Amino acid sequence: MIIQKQKPFEAILKALEGEQKIFIAGCADCASACKVGGEEELAAMKLQLEAAGKTVTGTAVFDTACQQSAVRTKARENEAAIQAADSILVLACGTGEQTLGDTIGKRVHIGAESLFVGEVARLGKYSEKCSTCGKCVLEDFEGICPVTRCSKGLLNGPCGGYKDGKCEVDPEKDCAWVLIYKRMEERNKLDKMRAYQPAKDQSTRHSPRTYTWPKREPQGNKP
Amino acid sequence: MSKLQQSLQAGQFTFTGEVGPPKGVDLHHVIEGARMMKDKVAAVNVTDLQTAVMRLGSLAVSAKLVQAGIEPVFQMVCRDRNRLALQSDLLNAFVLGVENVLAITGDHIVKGDHREAKPVYDLDSVQLLKAMTILESGADMGKDFKGRPNKLEGAPKFFKGCVVTPCADLVEPQIIKLEKKVAAGAQFCQTQAVYDPAAFEKFMNDLRRRNIRIPILVGIVVLKNLGMAKYMNGNVPGVVVPEPIMKELADTPKDDMKKKAVEISARLVRAMRSMCQGAHLMTLGWDDTVAPIVEQVSA
Repeated sequence: MIIQKQKPFEAILKALEGEQKIFIAGCADCASACKVGGEEELAAMKLQLEAAGKTVTGTAVFDTACQQSAVRTKARENEAAIQAADSILVLACGTGEQTLGDTIGKRVHIGAESLFVGEVARLGKYSEKCSTCGKCVLEDFEGICPVTRCSKGLLNGPCGGYKDGKCEVDPEKDCAWVLIYKRMEERNKLDKMRAYQPAKDQSTRHSPRTYTWPKREPQGNKP
Repeated sequence: MSKLQQSLQAGQFTFTGEVGPPKGVDLHHVIEGARMMKDKVAAVNVTDLQTAVMRLGSLAVSAKLVQAGIEPVFQMVCRDRNRLALQSDLLNAFVLGVENVLAITGDHIVKGDHREAKPVYDLDSVQLLKAMTILESGADMGKDFKGRPNKLEGAPKFFKGCVVTPCADLVEPQIIKLEKKVAAGAQFCQTQAVYDPAAFEKFMNDLRRRNIRIPILVGIVVLKNLGMAKYMNGNVPGVVVPEPIMKELADTPKDDMKKKAVEISARLVRAMRSMCQGAHLMTLGWDDTVAPIVEQVSA
């Protein structure tokens, strides 16, 4: 999921300067799971904004803030409250914020930081394992992604910066290459590490990325 | 052919030194430092934004050394340039008369003085060596519209170097990567600092068993004081200064420190000279220690 955290309240207040009436939008997906934009957080934000002298015209947790059809449906349900507001504060990821803003056509403010696509170890502890590079290499590395989990994204083995299995960048972080090496050794797959990895095709990371099904129902997406 | 390549091919025990470009444009110290060691070494490495600190570049200083009649080893890190810029700088190096090039991953940006910068690492050090080999063949890493390799107007030629960390706490991944560097075209190797001849001997035996046969220049970082040795033990992965050397440094009065640093470095090189093909002396500004170290090794 998209791991997120709320922006500091002072920063949110600064963004809302000059605007009195605010509609607060959340998202039932990642933002709720990260405790950033669910019912509870929206209610708390409403109280905070009101304490700061703002008028909250309404709040709504969108089913999926990054999905245009879901946004349109929810926006219709809340039309009056949204129209009455000067702007919408979005407690969701950057995609959700833009989908809302572009779909509804109203001024929006972002109330969260989108951190990364991540794994949930437990509520409040998240880590990045995939950087959505668009050309997956996991098969070559026994299921550990060096593109993401090596701080330098090295494909042909470790640098000299590991100690006790940790990375020079941060002693709290595992060296991905020590993990890869140990797993390959254990599974008798070190030949994979010996294979030369050519420079990665980075064209699949050129922003902004789009993906459209080539046909209405391609093979991989059939039920 | 570079002097470094000739010396190694001739089977001579070969020394290299190292200078670090200044943060600024005052070349005085770096040229003077290189001049101080030039008669004792085959070539002088020029570090490339070492520890991710912004400074004058390795290529410019390497070219200045060429002008001054001193042979450089142009260090290239993968941190700051994508494959277009790396390949272009390799061509730049060749036309500026730089022959020796050393491929390095590069310390991460969090180690330096521009911690908010974007790290690149478009290529790793193995792929950078491969890029050099491809350029030498008269092509580059790109492709034309029909998927054929791009052709160069005139191909460069390099003496291609790489690095390894012999005293890493897990050495096998280092050796596997070194094998790949050699396969990608590496012709010589300078190591991370080594202070433990027994560990180095084991490492060299491992290389021999694996049939890795490029010239290895053992790395020595000249120990300027006890604090520096402690810092390296605590903060530089793959570098271990053993207890007896720590004690020696602790027992040395401040005024005798340079003499002691020379003595320790020379003793280490003497202990390891039969195991490898040369030594890479990293003096971190103590450029005047290179000559006495080389003399003591040869004495």
